[in-house]
Amino acid sequence: MPLYLDDDQTVLQDTIRDFVAEHAPVSHMRALRDADDATGFSRDLWKQFAEMGFTGILIGEDQGGLGLGHVEAGVVLEEIGRNLSPSPFLSTAVAAVEALKGTGQAERWFPGIIAGETVAALAIDEGAKHRDTVAMTAERSGNGFKLTGAKRFVTHGHTADLIIVAARTGGSANDTDGITLFAVPKDAAGLSANAERLADSSLAARLEFEGVEVDADAVIGEVDAGRTPLDRLLRAGRTGASAELLGVGSGAMDMTIGYMKERKQFGTLIGSFQALQHRAAHLYSEMEVARAAVLKAQQLLDQGSDRADEAVSVAKAMTALATTLSVQEGVQMHGGIGMTDEYDIGFYMKRARVLAEMFGDANFHADRLAVAAGY
Amino acid sequence: MSDLDTFRSETRAWLAENCPPEMRKPVRSEDDVCWGGRQFKPSSPAQKEWLDKMAAKGWTVPDWPKAYGGGGLSPAETKILREEMAAIKARNPLNSFGISMLGPALLKYGTEEQKLHHLTKIARGEIRWCQGYSEPNAGSDLAGLATSAEDKGDHYLVNGQKVWTSYADKADWIFCLVRTDKTSKQGGISFVLFDMASPGVSTKPILLISGNSPFCETFFDNVEVPKVNRVYEENKGWDVAKYLLGHEREMISGMGLASSGGNPLIDGAIATVGLGHDGRLADPLLRASIALFEVRAKAFGAMSERFIDELKAGKAHPAQPSMMKYYGTELNKGRYELMMAAGGSDALEWDSERSRGGAIPRSWLRTKANSIEGGTSEIQLNIIAKRILELPA
Repeated sequence: MPLYLDDDQTVLQDTIRDFVAEHAPVSHMRALRDADDATGFSRDLWKQFAEMGFTGILIGEDQGGLGLGHVEAGVVLEEIGRNLSPSPFLSTAVAAVEALKGTGQAERWFPGIIAGETVAALAIDEGAKHRDTVAMTAERSGNGFKLTGAKRFVTHGHTADLIIVAARTGGSANDTDGITLFAVPKDAAGLSANAERLADSSLAARLEFEGVEVDADAVIGEVDAGRTPLDRLLRAGRTGASAELLGVGSGAMDMTIGYMKERKQFGTLIGSFQALQHRAAHLYSEMEVARAAVLKAQQLLDQGSDRADEAVSVAKAMTALATTLSVQEGVQMHGGIGMTDEYDIGFYMKRARVLAEMFGDANFHADRLAVAAGY
Repeated sequence: MSDLDTFRSETRAWLAENCPPEMRKPVRSEDDVCWGGRQFKPSSPAQKEWLDKMAAKGWTVPDWPKAYGGGGLSPAETKILREEMAAIKARNPLNSFGISMLGPALLKYGTEEQKLHHLTKIARGEIRWCQGYSEPNAGSDLAGLATSAEDKGDHYLVNGQKVWTSYADKADWIFCLVRTDKTSKQGGISFVLFDMASPGVSTKPILLISGNSPFCETFFDNVEVPKVNRVYEENKGWDVAKYLLGHEREMISGMGLASSGGNPLIDGAIATVGLGHDGRLADPLLRASIALFEVRAKAFGAMSERFIDELKAGKAHPAQPSMMKYYGTELNKGRYELMMAAGGSDALEWDSERSRGGAIPRSWLRTKANSIEGGTSEIQLNIIAKRILELPA
């Protein structure tokens, strides 16, 4: 399979590019921020995503979805990134769907996701840094389980209808076995969510589980074997976050290069200065390499390749590195105006920082690659 | 099974049967690389066997037309062949500037006779080529070259000097940029081919910081070059030169890719530093440097695949080889800096047997030329800025 978008994917990209630019440009995010919006995204926009079919992009056609793959989901996420559009697409239509896929929970949750009525949040992280460990406990209790512990950096956690929770039913924090994944409805007793405004003005919740009781049928997949759906969730989430980062980095780069072609100093366009040209050309190179890494990960995931895991970590680390460069160069090359709230480039910097951290930063994934390579 | 699936299984079976086991081991030194040519002495019977078998199938140049010694494979089939060769860690049967540089230029600009004559010999590894581009006063400003070609009716009389001519002392023929008109800079250059055994050609190896001499000064003193050996029109050689440079940059960018068969950087670091009880490299800062380098190296591997696929489909920006060249060469320099850091004082030994004649430090120094030859990194960044990003002059 060639490493570029095929004709159908290119058509889809054109459609999505127009749709997101029209309905959720940066000004949409700015308006939500200025209104101190408490949801974190527009439910109306999410409904429109559903009408376009995007909410079911990874769900099989037999279950009412579009039956497409990670390449196509990435095409959507890149545009979300480019426009800084607040959306539950990544957590819901990508990561949660992949976790639920092929399990008994799919039938229960997919119709609502496809309809744009159900938003999912991912309760994975327990510390300030993403780790591959799970300490939160789920004790057997009656016909089900009792969940106790805390999760954080749960995007949409305060407003989601479905919370996917990784908890420990056996073993200790570092063990691979003994993890169970649960689908917890938002109104569960003993669950409290505190939404925190983040640097990029998105909302992420700190969740407290104080003996939250769930039925046995809340288990996603098998008890003690939650690592499998959790890995599916993480692979999809990391790849999706990479695609969104790619959009953020590309958007910031385009804006910066555009500015270099219009801003004059010393009586000439600043884009004619070789000192800036070389930095822009270097940035372009980093973004191109990152784009290749993302598409490679998406294609390998779609093929079910055993090399996908490595490619996913490469994609997440590389997009974090390249996009971090893009937003830093963006603010610097814009000069003073880049520091103002009125100008959009600062939003790109803030969004990039949040996405770089999500599902593991560049160091986390570089370490992961090193462990896999035996050093 | 689709046609491509059939091709893959047949290719896999053929390679399994025909690729000698010795040719599946990592390349350790220049001796292991097959360059072909009149002076070529195979370093082993297996090397010769592998070249002959691949050449017979046209797979030294799998995507060239069969009429010119190629395999006539489609881009998809070529990719499958590369993947299947990589899967068994098969060595490249033939390395040559004829394949990576002159061949593509001849396919585009050569006459039918030139193609039939030269391409078939390139494909079989019979003639080794060198490149006469840079001159003492024409480096980054290549079009400022002065080597003259005087019109003598049926031939040109060539006088002048080239420099940084890779392996000129080992090459049989040269593709060379000469000035046929002094009144126009780019528009006064012609692209000619001639035998390095021609009277008036002499070469002098240049000793480099690596202690090796892969490059030469090449002198032309009244060399007669038949006009039939000019490629494309007189004074339009710059078009051929630029097209060829694109392919040269592609080739050099390949140096950024990890070699098949093990990872010498990681293996080297484990050998000198060792692994801790947690299975991690015992030097955590070196480990972190290597791990972050590997992210870029692996991502660039994907970029190379994407670039080749886009190129074959006509989707690549014409200046994209400049990005590949820039990124790949800077990456390769970074790899060798890390290999030196990982090797410590072992990697400083210059000619001991244990260091295989200082293979690592000499390669480390050799890589410094990567971002100079074929157009410096700074020139590539200029090209990206102007042609891809369309920044103002």
